[in-house]
Amino acid sequence: MDTQAIRQDFPILKRQINNNPLIYFDNAATTQKPRQVIDAISDFYENHNGNVHRAVHTLSLEATDFYEKSREKIAKFINAKESSELVFVRGTTEAINLVAYSWGLSNLRKDDEVLVSLMEHHSNIVPWEIISKLKGFTIKYANVNADGTLDYDDFESKFSSKTKIACLSHVSNVTGIINDVKRIAKVAHDNGALMLVDGAQSAPHLAVNVQDLDMDFLAFSGHKMLGPTGIGVLYGKKELLEKMGPFQGGGEMVKEVEFSQGKGCSIIWNDSPWKFEAGTPNVGGAVGLAEAVKYLEAIGMDEVLSHEKALTKYAVERMQECSKVTIHGSLDLSKKCGIIPFSVKGLSSHDVALICDNYGIMIRSGYHCAQPLHQQVLKLHSSDRASFYIYNTREEIDRFVEVLKEIEHF
Amino acid sequence: MATVEDYVARIEGTCGEEKDVIVVFKYDKKDEAIARILKKAQLKNTIAGIIFELTFQDTSFRLYSSGKAIFRSIKNKQELNNLLTNLLL
Repeated sequence: MDTQAIRQDFPILKRQINNNPLIYFDNAATTQKPRQVIDAISDFYENHNGNVHRAVHTLSLEATDFYEKSREKIAKFINAKESSELVFVRGTTEAINLVAYSWGLSNLRKDDEVLVSLMEHHSNIVPWEIISKLKGFTIKYANVNADGTLDYDDFESKFSSKTKIACLSHVSNVTGIINDVKRIAKVAHDNGALMLVDGAQSAPHLAVNVQDLDMDFLAFSGHKMLGPTGIGVLYGKKELLEKMGPFQGGGEMVKEVEFSQGKGCSIIWNDSPWKFEAGTPNVGGAVGLAEAVKYLEAIGMDEVLSHEKALTKYAVERMQECSKVTIHGSLDLSKKCGIIPFSVKGLSSHDVALICDNYGIMIRSGYHCAQPLHQQVLKLHSSDRASFYIYNTREEIDRFVEVLKEIEHF
Repeated sequence: MATVEDYVARIEGTCGEEKDVIVVFKYDKKDEAIARILKKAQLKNTIAGIIFELTFQDTSFRLYSSGKAIFRSIKNKQELNNLLTNLLL
């Protein structure tokens, strides 16, 4: 993998921030966009823009073609059986909400249980909490070990005949730890439950094969994998999507809305996945995401993961030279993506992030939308997080460590 | 007559248990804001003249040459506004 050649594709990496070259280590929050993705979006709007489906004019047909080919491209990327198993949404959060509302409201009842881990991003906790208040079911939270790894025994012991769905992130957005979702999916299915996987931090960084992992639902975001904001994916097994009712109402998601005297309004839903895509979809976003997928496939997802693991190993070694830096969570790199949570003794996480910003280094501070993991497991008020991607280099890590060493004197 | 809003672009509450407040100064007024603050607040420490640890009216805060400041233990908006008024005007 030629990182220097890759860097040339990313215009933003030429920027200076506070008179320093930009070092972008906030990739778990969002990634930068290559020229190819920016150009694909521009080309769509400059030459092919139209509203998709149900029109006969040329631009609408072209836009529909772009939109549906994007769906096919992304479906293949995760090895879905059919492109109709892929619903375009705004992002991971909307995908999980879609399942919680569309599947959850119809299928969860008072005595049921939903199983969630304590390491989840708020987007895989809050929707279930909202629906539980409406339907009265119980949410069980599985423990996480002190090193941030999933307590598999606890997770598996919490399954019962009452469990209807297990919800787990494939990769933690705080620690970068990769969960064995295939193992949990098997236990879920053995207990008659479904498996929802939050793939926000896995789809961008490693090969995700929905058939091999046997997940029922997978949610991920385009902007975390070189694509634009406002586009994401819900993968769902065809038979599940077909049984589910719509999430939102409007145009595109209906076949017929017939009004007759005495009978009122009769509505026939569209087929999946369009049933879940009410209103004009984000066509340009889908085109951009498909181009991002093409870019990642050209590199190869194994290469992407291998590059990130090498950077993480190097960064961990170098950061351990800093006496006031504590790295949180397991350092077992065989089970970890390119995310390093850390703290600097005597400084708040925001101080560290602001100091890094002063040197042009973008890192994230706070809870990273995972307050339960911070408070219940890691016992932290907040943390800093450096997260890597395909365009990051060892030289950037060297500069980052230099700044951390400078911070230590503060 | 100058106001705090002439200097401040945005105020952000931070995420985390600390509940710090970050003040972002307007880009074209940041140098003036920094100069005014350094004149009034007491300097406790500095890194290379780009990060300043300061105290003012019993409140400790850090000021960055990038045009941001982080204030700790701020009780409410009014307290922050009073501090900024006294520091900037």
